[in-house]
Amino acid sequence: MFRNQYDTDVTTWSPAGRLFQVEYAMEAVKQGSAAVGLRSKTHVVLVCVGKANSEFSSHQKKIFKVDDHIGVAIAGLTADGRVLSLHMRSECIHYKFLYDSPLPVGRLVVQLADKAQVCTQRSWTRPYGVGLLVAGLDETGPHLYQNCPSGNYFEYQAFAIGARSQAAKTYLERKFETFPECSRNELIRHGIISVKEALAEGKLNGSNCNVAVVGIGEAFNTLDSKTVQQIIDSLEDRADEPPVDVAPVEGEQGAVQDDTDQAAAPMET
Amino acid sequence: MGGSYGSTLRYKSVQRLKPIGKHTLLGAGGEISDFQEIVRYLDELILYDNMWDDGNSLGPKEVHNYLNRLMYNRRNKFNPLWNTLVLGGVKNGQKYLGTVNMIGVHYEENHVATGFGNHLARPIFRDEWHEDMTFEEGVKLLEKCMLVLLYRDRSAVNKLQIAKITEEGATISEPYAIKTHWELEAFKNPATGAVGSW
Repeated sequence: MFRNQYDTDVTTWSPAGRLFQVEYAMEAVKQGSAAVGLRSKTHVVLVCVGKANSEFSSHQKKIFKVDDHIGVAIAGLTADGRVLSLHMRSECIHYKFLYDSPLPVGRLVVQLADKAQVCTQRSWTRPYGVGLLVAGLDETGPHLYQNCPSGNYFEYQAFAIGARSQAAKTYLERKFETFPECSRNELIRHGIISVKEALAEGKLNGSNCNVAVVGIGEAFNTLDSKTVQQIIDSLEDRADEPPVDVAPVEGEQGAVQDDTDQAAAPMET
Repeated sequence: MGGSYGSTLRYKSVQRLKPIGKHTLLGAGGEISDFQEIVRYLDELILYDNMWDDGNSLGPKEVHNYLNRLMYNRRNKFNPLWNTLVLGGVKNGQKYLGTVNMIGVHYEENHVATGFGNHLARPIFRDEWHEDMTFEEGVKLLEKCMLVLLYRDRSAVNKLQIAKITEEGATISEPYAIKTHWELEAFKNPATGAVGSW
């Protein structure tokens, strides 16, 4: 395909109506290690695999707290992710200062998407090379969004981005209909299992697996590695299927399904 | 009701109560033109809030904080908006009542007032307000305080409006008068017992 002729800068369309630089930026997201997000009626959970450069180095930080009620997981160019997290923190604190109230997640996501869009329409800046899973809680409930380098954003019940995310999505597809009624701990377990699917080699342990939760009555926080290790160990003791012991499903049969329950909406063109 | 011109009550049909968005009511004392300016700022704020069209909305707490920022910043520039603002509302079952003034002093309380109301009405509230008053009891208490203010303020007019805000929204009554009594004995024959040539 003659991609090379029209891919030199962002401001050049291809004859087929594509912006290749933006698509290449989305490729960068797919190179990053996996990040998974999933939501129930009360909580949102983010789980990531953090690669380490070498045996001596620490594991990459992929989850950032943006405010008490919002956090993000990134995949792709970590530096871009860090900068965007900083921007999000600034937006949140500004809103808090003006209105003494937490910034609604949807509005933050749109502001972020608009910021990303700017870079797809200037010849002197490149698109951000990072995909974000934004997990947050506001008046309208818990939310999970994905932000793309293209400036698109989508809301999800559950999603995965990064390398081998399709494997994680396959697991999520099987289970996502049970997520709204899941307890916080069940949700975390589902998250860790799905991220295991995305792991190519090596084992998941408390250091390379980052888990963060936000929910009703719980501010955004990252679980410490010991807790994560315990959960991983408990998973190994049982079969691959998540345990049936905990929280009986409440008698809310036929409860309203979220209208955003497509798990595998492709954002790649 | 009423817009002053210095110490005279010149405009007797100015409405000093305005609903803001779905959840809030704003009342003001002081300079009417500054109040009109504040309402313009808030209309713009609510407009942008509505344009998001996302199920979120600014409640009374948010509007109060925004106004506080506005008033305080103007005060710091030595160019205040010369008002005392009273702000109340209901959102998601939560009731809210607060005030902010031209120097940026702000607080929440069960009863707030502007101007002379702070001196004449608040003491009555402190004695007679209690949680779980009905709307009718609240109106009676307010009318009692307004009556005191009417008797004691030389430039007051017997015309008032009551505004009510609930989860469903805000309603402002039509202007009405309260009954005053001037048939005191001393007024009937003012010259009785007066010494003097006339």
